[in-house]
Amino acid sequence: MKYLDEFQDPELARRLFDDIRATVTRPWALMEVCGGQTHSIIRHGIDQLLPEEIELIHGPGCPVCVTPLEMIDKALEIASRPGVIFCSFGDMLRVPGTGRDLFTVRGEGGDVRVVYSPLDALRIARENPDKQVVFFGIGFETTAPPNAMTVYQARRLGIRNFSLLVSHVRVPPAIEGLMTSPDCRVQAFLAAGHVCSVMGTEEYPQLAERFRVPIVVTGFEPLDILEGVRRAVRQLERGEHRVENAYPRAVRPEGNPAARRMLADVFEVTDRAWRGIGTIPASGWRLSEAYREFDAEQRFEVGDLTTVEPAACRSGDVLQGLLKPHECEAFGTVCTPRTPLGATMVSSEGACAAYYLYRRLAGAPTPVEVAPVG
Amino acid sequence: MCLAVPGRVLTVEERDGTRMATVDFGGVVKDVCLEYLPDLRVGEYTIVHVGFALQRLDEESARQTLALFNGLGLLEEEFGDAWERAAEEAAAGPVTEEVDR
Repeated sequence: MKYLDEFQDPELARRLFDDIRATVTRPWALMEVCGGQTHSIIRHGIDQLLPEEIELIHGPGCPVCVTPLEMIDKALEIASRPGVIFCSFGDMLRVPGTGRDLFTVRGEGGDVRVVYSPLDALRIARENPDKQVVFFGIGFETTAPPNAMTVYQARRLGIRNFSLLVSHVRVPPAIEGLMTSPDCRVQAFLAAGHVCSVMGTEEYPQLAERFRVPIVVTGFEPLDILEGVRRAVRQLERGEHRVENAYPRAVRPEGNPAARRMLADVFEVTDRAWRGIGTIPASGWRLSEAYREFDAEQRFEVGDLTTVEPAACRSGDVLQGLLKPHECEAFGTVCTPRTPLGATMVSSEGACAAYYLYRRLAGAPTPVEVAPVG
Repeated sequence: MCLAVPGRVLTVEERDGTRMATVDFGGVVKDVCLEYLPDLRVGEYTIVHVGFALQRLDEESARQTLALFNGLGLLEEEFGDAWERAAEEAAAGPVTEEVDR
């Protein structure tokens, strides 16, 4: 059980909890969109401290988790090729593809490198003109602009041995996809603050109006999330459905115009598969025609590679808020951070990893380590 | 990779036609691209994601967030050695921590 005094400002936390408790009169289901919000909620036990009427459903906002298995397998295929330096964020090292991951590919001799920034990958390409340097571009609207700028620079500087394996996804189409599903019981959204730092909030009013759900933009600190919950619950109790910005210190309605312009130049919208969920229309980006020569799928001819997810992995249900991680029979048994079935158990923002790591749910089974075979 | 971390701008320069800065994240100093916030100045605070400044931040918010992230070990997670962490995870032994019920 978590305590109020663990919050940075315990008195403010108390006031927020009290206000929420005083406002709520019936059950409400709120979805936090972003994996960063999920981890903050689980780590600080916010869901335990809230009134029991309020349920927080974890959304598909972890970019590592929604990267489709076939894209992981394309990455592994490219990374295994001689003459390739494959660059990635550290988060992707242990995401399971079919039978292996980037960590094992490096163990087998592949030149896999972790970078902090996509510009680091571009620098590696300049320093190794005899190699093909590929950067694995995953992420939502927060990460797409840095990758766009990097491809733009590659073209401007004539660095032709650089290419991008693109697996970018967008939040608003995911919200639309969720809300049009008959199983969806989400009544309000806590929108991802940093996605909105880039894109602004202008895409959300039509979603709020169409699906009649409050959408509140929050930051990732516990008090940010609490303020978002407070505003969402107040709207729900009043029968309102507006977009509110509870993260004004970092989010403006127009977002970051320079980043948006670069996105529009380098990328174009496309349908994207989401791991465990399926294809969501117009839910991602690919390189636009002007930059297509830097497309790694095209350059390495892995576009046709397709894969099937192991049936035991129910991360799709977790990502859509239909299942809590501890309700999955594989959770903590055959599926652990050491032997993950899917990406939600690997990523530091995955819901399954959050539940496993903080393991503080009443009734959650104690994880049992599977004995090694032989 | 998923974190966006606040930092203070130490230097600004043009490099290969690209506006770059060095930014201090509470002791960890990194090169950061300013192309999306070109008018950011030395001494100001910004939110940085995968090496790119995305939004301006006031000093108090930045300091509070950095203190929170530091206390939670998130800065180590963001800036630390990913290979080491992956190796530890791959070799993780039986769970021994007490379950908090």
